[in-house]
Amino acid sequence: MAGSTRAPQDMRTILQNWLPKLVLSPSLAAMMVFVYGFIVYTVYLSFTNSRMLPSYDLVGFDNYARLFGLSAWTTALINLAIFATLYIVICIAIGLLLAIFLDQKIRGEGMLRPIYLYPMALSFIVTGTAWKWLLDPGIGLENTMHMWGWESFEFGWIKDRDYAIYTLVIAAVWQSSGFVMAMFLAGLRGIDNEMLKAAQIDGASNWNLYRRIVIPLLRPAFLSAFVILAHLAIKSYDLVIALTGGGPGRATELPATFMYSYTFTRNQMGVGAASAVIMLMGIAAIMVPYVYAELKEQK
Amino acid sequence: MSMGAQDQAIRTGRITRMFIYVVLIFFALFYLLPFFIMMINSVKPLEEITGGNMMALPTEYTFAPWASAWGSAQIGVEATGLKPYFMNSILMVVPAVAISTILGALNGYILTKWQFRGSNILFGLMLFSCFIPFQIVLIPMARVLGSIGLAGTTSGLILVHVVYGIGFSTLYFRNYYAAFPTELVRAAMMDGAGFFRIFWRIMLPVSGPIAVVCIIWQFTNIWNDFLFGASFADLDSMPMTVALNNLVNSSTGVKAYNVDFAGAILAALPTLLVYIVAGRYFVRGLMAGSVKG
Repeated sequence: MAGSTRAPQDMRTILQNWLPKLVLSPSLAAMMVFVYGFIVYTVYLSFTNSRMLPSYDLVGFDNYARLFGLSAWTTALINLAIFATLYIVICIAIGLLLAIFLDQKIRGEGMLRPIYLYPMALSFIVTGTAWKWLLDPGIGLENTMHMWGWESFEFGWIKDRDYAIYTLVIAAVWQSSGFVMAMFLAGLRGIDNEMLKAAQIDGASNWNLYRRIVIPLLRPAFLSAFVILAHLAIKSYDLVIALTGGGPGRATELPATFMYSYTFTRNQMGVGAASAVIMLMGIAAIMVPYVYAELKEQK
Repeated sequence: MSMGAQDQAIRTGRITRMFIYVVLIFFALFYLLPFFIMMINSVKPLEEITGGNMMALPTEYTFAPWASAWGSAQIGVEATGLKPYFMNSILMVVPAVAISTILGALNGYILTKWQFRGSNILFGLMLFSCFIPFQIVLIPMARVLGSIGLAGTTSGLILVHVVYGIGFSTLYFRNYYAAFPTELVRAAMMDGAGFFRIFWRIMLPVSGPIAVVCIIWQFTNIWNDFLFGASFADLDSMPMTVALNNLVNSSTGVKAYNVDFAGAILAALPTLLVYIVAGRYFVRGLMAGSVKG
């Protein structure tokens, strides 16, 4: 818009034309350096033999070959697949169910909604701490059930190599599902009621209304929920640290915890950088199409 | 947001409604349970937790765990409690939120009302930067903070949170300002109003709702951050989340569950407070955004 002025330009106009770019430039510079510059740097490190300190000797794809040869990395990827799938599916299922139910002119909606939403205000460190004690067989749920006389009740997942990963899902779903509910509720409230009424006059049942009209109309909400949850899952670090510390053994290792330990405690910076690059690629595979679609739509 | 009672297309029978209420209340209990347990156990003497039932109300109330978590629990070398770390977090979060929100408002204003060739691509780059896994910047960031002398300081953490907060704050303000009539801005320009005057007199007065959303979002994200705090802070600048984790996972001595519970609530309190006071505006602002899109 500013570029379209054709009148003879005095100093003031010239300044006015440059001012927006001038004001934007610090943010841009910061982004170019701290985001894209840093990405390039980490990618470069992933091709070097960096150990405790960065080194600039290139070693080709060695780090990637080592990375994918490590059983800890394989474990981390499998854990991420299990965790992300269950986390996303359960959050969306609960979120959608609660949103649909809450949309039925529920008395006390004003009270229920904040209750569903408050966990998202808490950090994963707090969430993890709370669930850690709740799930601890010694003092938590299992112990409580025993106290109440259900002697045979067992719930030791958090101490069990095969099941510990599912405790991450429980805590993460508790933290995020209310937020997904809010997104679906917003979508539901945006649907034109007249259209539903028209379909109803044509004899559609509630079930069919939802299946045929409402849920397809919620597509944008599904997409946003998926994108947000998927990127949260790939980044998950704090929750693991607080809830299980990656254990028992390495049973709840995720790529994020792997990257941190290889880079900063095991002095394998090259391998750590390579794992960070793989994480970025995973997120980019989801985000780039989304960002692209978002930008096209807004034109 | 509330609709006329007869106007809703979807009606439900008595039995279905009963079922719906049961499900909704069940989930309300599920969400409340952990907080309830943290609360009741933070005011119990330790023996009541280890030797008893976690779900039971305290038979004897004590605020000693709270006092200990706040002022005397062993976290660093000295037994200072969480207090100094709470202050660290406050000193970090207030400037970081203020700076990133102001920059976001200016950027959003420029990207919608002063568009130039390539501004859309720039916005795309910013949008993508919101979603990078921070693991990809940990190593270079540690190097840079070290070389400019900000490693292990609160100023360093403020810098980190500002640069990685700009993406989201710009995104919020940009989408909000995009819906604001450009004609008004153009008319003001015709009248001779400049860049800052338009921002100050026209854009800022209507920015209330989105500013609330942005501030709440940045506040919770920065307060709740653990990765950056754990990577870049030292004992003197350690934020609350890292201190809490150290408290809970310290392996020395008898596990003081009640102190841990009190500490967890202390760490959650500021964001909970913000959520309780301003949460409805956050949801409303978010909903306004997502319904449009």
